[in-house]
Amino acid sequence: MTYNWNWGIFFQPNPMGTGTYLDLLLSGLVLTLETAVLAWIIALITGSIVGVMRTLPSRGAYWFGFAYVEFFRNMPLLVQLFLWFFVLPEILPKAAGLWLKQLPNAPFWTASIGVGLFMSARVAVQLQAGIGSLPRGQRQAATALGLTTVQGYRYVLLPMAFRIILPPLTSEFLNTIKNTAVAITIGLLELTGQARSMQEFSFQVFEAFTAATILYLLVNAVVVTGMRILERYVAIPGYITGK
Amino acid sequence: MLGSFDFDVIRRSLPYLFYEGMTFTLTLTALSALGGLIFGTAIALMRLSGYKILGRIAGLYVDFMRSLPLVLVIFWFYFLVPYIGQWLTGASRPISVGAFASSLITFIMFEAAYFSEIMRAGIQSISRGQPAAANALGLTYAQTMRYVVLPQAFRNMLPVLLTQTIVLFQDTSLVYVLSIPDFLGAASKVAQRDGRLVEMYLFAALVYFTISCVASVGVRRLQSRIAIIR
Repeated sequence: MTYNWNWGIFFQPNPMGTGTYLDLLLSGLVLTLETAVLAWIIALITGSIVGVMRTLPSRGAYWFGFAYVEFFRNMPLLVQLFLWFFVLPEILPKAAGLWLKQLPNAPFWTASIGVGLFMSARVAVQLQAGIGSLPRGQRQAATALGLTTVQGYRYVLLPMAFRIILPPLTSEFLNTIKNTAVAITIGLLELTGQARSMQEFSFQVFEAFTAATILYLLVNAVVVTGMRILERYVAIPGYITGK
Repeated sequence: MLGSFDFDVIRRSLPYLFYEGMTFTLTLTALSALGGLIFGTAIALMRLSGYKILGRIAGLYVDFMRSLPLVLVIFWFYFLVPYIGQWLTGASRPISVGAFASSLITFIMFEAAYFSEIMRAGIQSISRGQPAAANALGLTYAQTMRYVVLPQAFRNMLPVLLTQTIVLFQDTSLVYVLSIPDFLGAASKVAQRDGRLVEMYLFAALVYFTISCVASVGVRRLQSRIAIIR
């Protein structure tokens, strides 16, 4: 028994009535990108706040940042998604839980927030390392100029730190895109999920997964190229990567 | 609310969760880490061998694996391994491969890409004088690697390798997508059978959290103990 290849399958109509199988996969790709972008925005915002907290002189802020990072780093992403999706609505007060359960697009919001918070711990660690890599004089100079702590971070430390950690942030963004595939377990029909449903409908398993693989590689290539250009644009003059 | 929290369902399912689920998870983690390390080292050596084609192939493999979500790779191998088995053994139909073997192959192939990058960094961290000295002593390439370079690279990178293994331990939970009873899969089965999602998933989260936390504290201790003072 050998496998029956049928590459024409992509142009046959899918049983969902939404066009061809190719349309099915592309709709999955769009959902993957939407989830990843929303998750990345959440990760950047919360990750930056927590990362800054870990560098503040206050002990309380440091410990909060430490606990936050350990909490999100030491549980599998899949388990975290289950906690948000299955457990959170049950332990909230009845009304709030019911509202959560009836939310349209619940898998999408859960996946974005779940992956976003999961990645935020990683962003926080990167940002902490970036701020830590700046010479001590920068913070002192900001203080000497009479900048408040907020101003010091806003105008001196963060602009430098973010430019330094841009390359590792690129790979974290790629990880965010890849991690959205875990949301298949809570019923999000993103690219991997659509490839899986195409396989179940048409039995053309290898064609479906090949197409999904190529789409992931394409997304990867586009992101890497885009970030290279951005990296060159924001490189700090005088650093190894600078002009 | 937590008022109706049922501890008994956890207590009742403990033997199943740990004897079946956790054993599967830990065995899979350990064997994948070992296999991934061996394959990863081989890939790293290919990349650093100086043969352009070998390096290219290894580089492509690593980039390819690292661009794909693990879930997709798990599906790939789950469907592909029976056909590869058929091709290797010359059988007339795709051979059936057990859930464990299939996921083990997946994780070894996937983690090899990540371990190879760690080992590559480790090998590159060895000063150039070391292989040169080994060469001068008349050691062959294999002997140089076996007795001089790899032991040091491995030692330097041990904390990173162990951290990657903790990540691997967490990632093995993804075999859930194949309905395999690893620790999370077992917890999920009990949860769905008894309608106790809250208790089982919170318990699973707690167990993963505790093991990963203890392991990373251990790695940090080890790191400060084995650091080579230069």
